[in-house]
Amino acid sequence: MARRARALTDGLLNPLARLGQRGLKALAGLGRASLLLVGILAGSAQMLRRPRLLLAQVYNVGVLSLLIVAVSGFFVGMVLGLQGFYVLSQFGAKESLGVMVAASLVRELGPVVTALLVAGRAGSALTAEIGLMKATEQLAGLEMMAVDPVHRILTPRFYGGLISMPLLAVLFSAVGVLGGYFVGVGLLAVDEGAFFGQMQAKIDFREDLVNGVIKSLAFGLVVTWISLFQGYDATPTSEGVSRATTRAVVHSALAVLAIDFVLTALMFGK
Amino acid sequence: MGRGDSEYFPADSPWHLRDGVPIGDATLDAASSSAASGCAGAVPVATVAPLPTARDCLVRIRGLSFSHGSRKIFDRVDLDLPRGAVTAVMGPSGTGKTTLLRLISGQLRPDAGTIEVDGEPVQSLGRAALYNLRRRMGMLFQSGALLTDLNVFDNVAYPLREHTDLNPALVRKLVLLKLEAVGLRGARDLMPSELSGGMARRVALARAIALDPMMILYDEPFTGQDPISMGVLVTLIRQLNDASHLTSIVVSHDVRETASIADFIYVIAGGRVMAQGTPVAITAERSAWVRQFMDGLPNGPVHFHYPAPALAADLLTRGLG
Amino acid sequence: MAKQHTIEVWVGAFIAVGFIALFFLAMQVSNFNANSAADGYRVSARFTNAGSLKARAPVSMAGVRVGRVEEVRLDKNTYEAVVTMRIDKGVDSIPTDTFANIFTVGLLGEQYVRLQPGGNQDYLRDGDEITQTQSALVLEQLIGQFLFKKAEEGGK
Repeated sequence: MARRARALTDGLLNPLARLGQRGLKALAGLGRASLLLVGILAGSAQMLRRPRLLLAQVYNVGVLSLLIVAVSGFFVGMVLGLQGFYVLSQFGAKESLGVMVAASLVRELGPVVTALLVAGRAGSALTAEIGLMKATEQLAGLEMMAVDPVHRILTPRFYGGLISMPLLAVLFSAVGVLGGYFVGVGLLAVDEGAFFGQMQAKIDFREDLVNGVIKSLAFGLVVTWISLFQGYDATPTSEGVSRATTRAVVHSALAVLAIDFVLTALMFGK
Repeated sequence: MGRGDSEYFPADSPWHLRDGVPIGDATLDAASSSAASGCAGAVPVATVAPLPTARDCLVRIRGLSFSHGSRKIFDRVDLDLPRGAVTAVMGPSGTGKTTLLRLISGQLRPDAGTIEVDGEPVQSLGRAALYNLRRRMGMLFQSGALLTDLNVFDNVAYPLREHTDLNPALVRKLVLLKLEAVGLRGARDLMPSELSGGMARRVALARAIALDPMMILYDEPFTGQDPISMGVLVTLIRQLNDASHLTSIVVSHDVRETASIADFIYVIAGGRVMAQGTPVAITAERSAWVRQFMDGLPNGPVHFHYPAPALAADLLTRGLG
Repeated sequence: MAKQHTIEVWVGAFIAVGFIALFFLAMQVSNFNANSAADGYRVSARFTNAGSLKARAPVSMAGVRVGRVEEVRLDKNTYEAVVTMRIDKGVDSIPTDTFANIFTVGLLGEQYVRLQPGGNQDYLRDGDEITQTQSALVLEQLIGQFLFKKAEEGGK
C-alpha cells in the first residue's frame, strides 16, 4: 500500500521536479547570457580604439547579407503587390495598394523578415565561428595572451550586427516597395500617382518609419546577442557547436517574433 | 636568442626585464641542482621544517583541491616547480593535467589551496593583476590555438601588437627572430590551415615566446605527432628552456619523450601525487602503479577490465539488459 | 592590406546604400516631406459630423493638397467635432468666408477636407476658424433618405 502511494506521489512529483529543473537551467542560462552582454558592452570603449575590427564585422554581417536581403525584399514586395491587388480591387480600393504594401513592409515585414534572414545567414555563422574558436582553444589562447576574448572577439561582432540590422531592414523595405510598384503599377496598371500619393499621405515618418527602425535595432541586438551567447556557451566539440548553431537560429527566430508582438503592441496599439 | 634581442629594447621595457634583472641569469645554474633538493623535494610538506624559499620556486602549489561537478580532480596536492628547469607532470588521461595548467594560469580557480606563481597568489588575483601575470607566461595548447583568420606572421606578431607600442619594423624583426628560433621563418605567409600539426605547434611556440615570458606551459605537446616532429618539439622545448632561461612545465603522458628532457617529474593520478623525482629516480621507482604507467603495461594495479560482475554470471543473467 | 581595402570599400558602399534606402523611404514613401513643412499655420472648423475623418488626412483645395488635419476632437458643450488643420505656409491667401466640406475619395475610400474658396478679401490667419462647413456624408443616412423618398413617392 505504502509502496503504491509512493509510486503515485513520485509519478506526480517527478514531472514537476523535471519542470523545475528545466526552469532553473533556463534561468541559469539567462543569467550567463546577461553577464556575457555586460562583458560585451564593457568592451565598447576598447573597440572604438580599433575601428577596423568593427568594420570587418559590419562586412561579415551586413555586406554578406546584402544580396539575400535585397532579393528577398523584392520578392516579398511583389507578392504583397499581387495579393494586395486582388483583395483591394474587390472593394474598389486598388488605389490603396501603395499604402498597403508600404505599411506592411515598413512596419512589420521589413524588420521581421530581415531579422529572420540575418539570424539564418549571419547569426548562425557567428555562433559557429565563436563555437569553433572555443573548441580549437583560440579563445583560451587569447585569454592566455592576456587579451580578453569577449572584448576582442565578441564586442565587435555584437556592434557589427547591431549596426547592420537597421540598414538591412530599411533596404529590405525600400526594395520591397519597388517590388510592389513593379507589380502594381507596372503589371497591374494601378495609377502611379495614387500608388505613391496615398502612400505618402498615410505612411507617417515618425510613427511608421522611425518605429520600424527602432524595431530592427531591437532585433539586431537580440539576434546577435543570442548567436554570440550560443557560440560562447557551446560545448566545445563538433557536435556541441552544431547543436548550438541550430539553437541560435531557433531561439533568435522565436525571440524576434515574440519581441515583435510586444513592440507592435506598444508602438501601434494606441 | 631571448636576451640577444636586448639591443632593440628600451632599457625600461617591462616585458623583457623582471625587476630590473635579466630573466633567469642567476637561477639557471641553481635550477638543475635545486630540482633534486631544495625546492622540489618539499613533499610531503609535514616532514620538511623550513619551506623552500620562494626564490627557488617559480610555482608553488599547496593543498590544492579542485573538483569538476562531483568528481574530485585534485585532492590536497602539493607541487613545486623550480625556476629554470623543465618540470614534467605526467599521468594517465583524465587525471586533470590540463586542468592543472589552467589552474596555474588562473583560467580556473581552485576550491581550496594556494597557487603561487613568482610570489603572486594566482587564485586570489584580480583581473588586471592576472592579465599582467599572464603577459609573463606563455602557454602552448594541444591544438596550437592559432587564430585561424591570421597568417603565421600575424599570429606571432599578435601579442607584440597587443601589448607593446613597438613600431612595425621592430615587430617584424622580432617576429622573424622568433620564427627563426622554431625554424619556420620561411612559413610566415602561410595560413594556419596550411600547416601540419607539428608546424602549427611550433608557430604557437613562437607566439608563446614572443613577449619573452618567464615560464611556458606545454599542454600535451607530443600528442599525435609523427616521430620527426616529435623529435623536433622535444629538442625545441629543451633548447628554448636553456637558451632563453625559461621555466617550463610539460604536461604529458608520452613517457619516453618527456623523461628525456625533464629535470624533474611528477606523476599524478586519482587526484594525488603518485611519485616524484628526477627521471632516473622515477625509472628506479618500485611502486607497482608507477611501473605500470612508466612501462606501459596492459595489466597491473590499473585493470584492463572495467569493473563488472563475473563474466559467467553476466552471461547467465536473463533479460535484455 | 589589399583585402582590408576591399572590406572598407564594401562597408562604405553598404552604409551608403542603407542611407539611400532610408532617404527613399522618408521622401517617397512617408510624409517626411510634408512634416518638414509643418511650420504652416493653423485653422479650425466645426462640423456637426466629422464622419471617419482622422488626423493626418489631407486638406485640399481644387484637388491640390494644401495641408493636413492635425486633430479631430469633440467640443463637450456643443457636441460638435472640432477639426484643427495645418495649412502649408505658402498657401496664405485663403479667404475668411471659405467653405469646408468633408468628402470621401471614391465610394469607400479615405475622407478628406475640401476647402472651397469664398470671395472675401480678408485671408485666414493662424488660429482663425472657418465658420461655413458641411458635414461628412454618411452612406447609411444617404441610403436611408433615398429609400424614404422612394417610399414617399410610391405612396402618392
